[in-house]
Amino acid sequence: MIVVNIETIPGYEILEVRGLVQGNTIRAKHLGRDVAAGLKNLVGGELRGYTELLTEARRQAMERMLAQAEQLGANAVVNVRFSTSAVTQGAAELYAYGTAVVVAPQARPAEA
Amino acid sequence: MLWLGLFIQVLPFLVLLTLGFTVGGFVERAHFKRLDQREAALRSIILTDLRRVPPGASGQAFGLVTGEVVIASDYFKTFAAKMKNLFGGELHTFQTLLTRARREALVRMMEKAQAMGANRVINVRFETSTVGAMRRKKLSAMVELYAYGTAVYVPEEATQRRSDEATKGSA
Repeated sequence: MIVVNIETIPGYEILEVRGLVQGNTIRAKHLGRDVAAGLKNLVGGELRGYTELLTEARRQAMERMLAQAEQLGANAVVNVRFSTSAVTQGAAELYAYGTAVVVAPQARPAEA
Repeated sequence: MLWLGLFIQVLPFLVLLTLGFTVGGFVERAHFKRLDQREAALRSIILTDLRRVPPGASGQAFGLVTGEVVIASDYFKTFAAKMKNLFGGELHTFQTLLTRARREALVRMMEKAQAMGANRVINVRFETSTVGAMRRKKLSAMVELYAYGTAVYVPEEATQRRSDEATKGSA
């Protein structure tokens, strides 16, 4: 599965558009991480626990999107966008969406 | 006696403020220094927020690249920002915080692109979110910066030839 956030894929041709696909997940931070974050708030710096949490959550949202694309028989997702929203305090929704398409390698190289 | 009591009351606050100012400042300067070094190593990668695929891009080494970071403010910065909030104006302390986060996210994205063997990242977008935890009573601020784009590889010769043609045409 090819995933890009542009509308075309270099070296490939879009044969068919299968429609919008999306995936989301809502994650809450847990207490252990929150205590560490509270300490970090005194001296500043990166909150690794939260970074990991959000990376993991985004990956899951993307995987759900890709599963949908697969169901539609697509082999690529183009124009992928990410969006985040706060649902309640301490919980965030991660949302990924894009267009599922069927692509095939171009017969001639892009330069010609 | 009254002064001593007052002093004991504000002592924890002063300690936290000093801690935030010294350690936070040190962490920030160290981070900026690290960012400078990493950015210097990634100078070969060109970023754009244009959607168009550059002419001559090959089909190799392309795909979505992402970089993200969650970063916390220190006690001093947050306090300074709260004070500034009374009078309005630019919040310099938070400005450096967001600059740090954005640069870190970009660098992480570029490092992934480099690992893929790409030399451009096109259509770069940013996404920002606060990770909850903005408790009203507490002096804390956290921000998440997320950068994503499409890594592509444009052979050096292709770029060179095109710019040569362009300059010849204008001469």
